[in-house]
Amino acid sequence: MNVLRIENIQAYYQSTLYGIARNVRAVDGVSLDLHADEIYGIAGESSCGKTTLIKVMFGAVEPPLTIVGGKVLYQLDGNHIDVTQADAETLRQLRWKQVSYILQGSMSLLNPVRKIRKTFWDFTKAHEPTIESAKFEATTRGHLDRLGLPAEVLDSYPHQLSGGMKQRVAIALATIFQPKVILADEPTTALDVVVQRGVLQLLRRIQQETKNTLVIVTHDMGIHANIAHRVGIMYAGRLVEEGRVREIFGEPLHPYTRHLIQSLPAIGDKSERQGIPGAPPNLADPPPGCRFHPRCPYAKPICSIEAPQLTTIADGRRIACFLAAKENANVS
Amino acid sequence: MSHDKALLSIQNITKIYSVGGLFSRERISAVADVSLTMSAEEPEILTLAGESGSGKTTLARMVLRLVEPTSGRILYKGRNIIGIRNRKEQMEFMQDIQPIFQNPFETFNPLKELDRYLFETARNYRGREEQSIDQRIESVLNLVGLSMEEIRGRYPHELSGGQLQRVSVARALIASPLLLVADEPVSMIDASLRMSVVNLFKSLKDEHKVSIIYITHDLATAYYISDRIAIMLRGHIVEIGPVRKVLVEALHPYTRLLKESILQPHAEASWDEEITLSTMEAREFTRLGCKFAGRCDSRLPICEVSDPPITHVDEREVKCWLYVEQEKHRVVSSL
Repeated sequence: MNVLRIENIQAYYQSTLYGIARNVRAVDGVSLDLHADEIYGIAGESSCGKTTLIKVMFGAVEPPLTIVGGKVLYQLDGNHIDVTQADAETLRQLRWKQVSYILQGSMSLLNPVRKIRKTFWDFTKAHEPTIESAKFEATTRGHLDRLGLPAEVLDSYPHQLSGGMKQRVAIALATIFQPKVILADEPTTALDVVVQRGVLQLLRRIQQETKNTLVIVTHDMGIHANIAHRVGIMYAGRLVEEGRVREIFGEPLHPYTRHLIQSLPAIGDKSERQGIPGAPPNLADPPPGCRFHPRCPYAKPICSIEAPQLTTIADGRRIACFLAAKENANVS
Repeated sequence: MSHDKALLSIQNITKIYSVGGLFSRERISAVADVSLTMSAEEPEILTLAGESGSGKTTLARMVLRLVEPTSGRILYKGRNIIGIRNRKEQMEFMQDIQPIFQNPFETFNPLKELDRYLFETARNYRGREEQSIDQRIESVLNLVGLSMEEIRGRYPHELSGGQLQRVSVARALIASPLLLVADEPVSMIDASLRMSVVNLFKSLKDEHKVSIIYITHDLATAYYISDRIAIMLRGHIVEIGPVRKVLVEALHPYTRLLKESILQPHAEASWDEEITLSTMEAREFTRLGCKFAGRCDSRLPICEVSDPPITHVDEREVKCWLYVEQEKHRVVSSL
């Protein structure tokens, strides 16, 4: 069942300087479907548009970010809500209660001069003005307990908690209303390995218990390999490959995905690894055709002229590359 | 190794922070009695690894003289650098040891053009002839894969994290340092560019004979580039030795936990068992005995009460009672 359908969304950062219009095409024609009860990973480097895509999905579109075309359609409890058209009140109802958003540095949203309990209280009160303190106490404690966090954190100030604990408290706060869709943007970047694993463990536990949809955006391929069910790879504002996690890691087809996975070092293997030559393109002036062609070792003449479309090559497997699509056509 | 030959020799260094209010003051040893040596003859990359709050950044900051240690000595080429007060000595020291910080977006002032940092550093260390400054800057930028064209007149927000971090490395290289102290230099950089920055460090060591203290929690890149690794926990070095030994056949239970927590990018990587995290850092800091005892699977009664000594086992130093006991057994059985 689909929870969210994104249709050919185009979100540009538009600005005008001295009468010269400038469009940074951060998300340029992305289409994808998210199902209920799954973990969908979006991989790609920074400035590939993954954070912008998440912002669009959350309806947090503020100038200079402008939606130029496309739809973001939530299908929750039989209601169809197009975030790109919705008014402020609809969005307010949707946010946090149905769809929540965990930011990269969400641990720093905790107010340093208020105890965690007060922060939870302020947050709950803002969304459920009629809640009584006894019920609040019970739901909050129950929620922390389910997530395996000690109730004593409620009586702590943020500075008394470790970084990983703060991040987990922030995640608990974002999920207190049991949202149907959780958007997590780099939830563990800048945390160390042990804590990272603890935080991912928590996210996965929330997903397994509430059977909701978790979208996890990160450049760390290790995270996708470990917790995602399906992975979409973005490059320069476009989705270039999508598939189930085993297929993506077992047999990456797009040259960019292949490079991304093979360039990672592993313990026990000191052999030389190379980064991808060149740098990600400037999205204000992307290269014509396939946006990866200037860095691609297999680029053909057609790659610099025509942009490959994201085509379905097998069940649940989509790819935007002339080379891979041709190979596949030959096989079949 | 004699201390005169050492490039950097850290001797029993301790940093104590006092936290809390007037009445509930607690003393936390961010770095507790740490000693290590880096050789001057052969450049090496030494990794400091450990979770946040393990003291790796404090240790690096003491080497950079950004934090004054509570006790202990840091000898750079045989000279104690802790008491340096006069500007000339300070400049000499800074010429040789340069920092690279974790977050390139915080390293640079957002209201200042990037090339001004490069020119300032070049003027400070390279005299004032405009021509040689330009050449020097161009050559260090080329070394990190950038050019002056891309940097001139740009503000930090106009560049990506990877590019900014390269500017940060280029700036450090202007002074031709002998030692770089890089605090989590790639944690904010993209996957496709990360390896090029990591390879850059490797080539700095191999071709330009620069020693590097590389602080990271990414053990895979640590294994890839470093020669030695020190695993830190709550202010102590719990295991130090050649990276091939420490990461492949980990001895200390904490090193094993770190190794198990790595997310391997394989198709069959998914893990199932859950791990225990510490809730409050302060409690582990003030523990008697081994700081890891609260989370350790193989703890002995002695771990709770007494701090383990450093033992030499299999080319490395380990701070764990398990190996002290083994050592005792070995001695007893050989008698």
